[in-house]
Amino acid sequence: MIASTESGGLEALLALIPFLLFAFFAVVLPVICGIIGTITEKRHYESIHAREKATAHVPVVPTPLSDDSVRIASAHMVSASMVVAPDSFRRFLANVRNFFGGRLRSYESLLDRARREAILRMKEQVPGANAIVNLRMETSRIGGMQKKKGIIAIEVLVYGTALTYASAEAGPTPPPVS
Amino acid sequence: MITDCILTNLESVPGRQTIEHYGLVSGSTVRAKHVGRDIAAGLKNIVGGELKGYTELLIEARGEAVDRMKQQALAMGANAVVNIRFSTSSVTPGASELYAYGTAVKIA
Repeated sequence: MIASTESGGLEALLALIPFLLFAFFAVVLPVICGIIGTITEKRHYESIHAREKATAHVPVVPTPLSDDSVRIASAHMVSASMVVAPDSFRRFLANVRNFFGGRLRSYESLLDRARREAILRMKEQVPGANAIVNLRMETSRIGGMQKKKGIIAIEVLVYGTALTYASAEAGPTPPPVS
Repeated sequence: MITDCILTNLESVPGRQTIEHYGLVSGSTVRAKHVGRDIAAGLKNIVGGELKGYTELLIEARGEAVDRMKQQALAMGANAVVNIRFSTSSVTPGASELYAYGTAVKIA
């Protein structure tokens, strides 16, 4: 009597294995990834805020140079990019959201992060520059062409022209704040 | 003889005078994903975040496109390329075309 219930329990346990595996890949793994993704995002934002503060004296503007009064010592192009992907939990949430419509908040913060990081990388490439003008941004999707298969990633590219003012050679001048 | 080329995405090189105009120059490269990098990126894709392998790959490829554009400009006798723009498009699954174009000029 006891033995039969034990073997029945074992069989039930064996029958549960596919279900448990499914639960792991469908629920547990995405949740873990979601937690990791949240932590990474928080840390990334902290680093972005700190670096933005540190490089705030270099203006980055999307307009071409219009001020004729400053003499330019050098001008050259700089570009930087970042490829990002959402974690699987956020992707799942976005898919759900996609069905009902509305804001995909997880993608908004992902793209915001990527863009700001790319701008910071561009600024950090030219530590001696006084300004970066004519900023252009471009976003493109790479990979993920087949349905469900493949990698879905987004590339954010920023580029502009880094200017060094001629007067800056004599010594550090206060940044032009307009 | 200047062999180096000033690159800018402004309409002219600030503080320098444009003396000659050569027209459009462009460079492009089509790149497919690297298998090794793809596997690493696939793993990273589950967790999310930056796919560093792809960032590097695209920077490298874009550098090549710019180099080709520069070669074309230098062959024309230009010493600067102004008004540079980049463009990216997915041509086939798993491959991207990176395109750079600008105006070749001679500056004084």
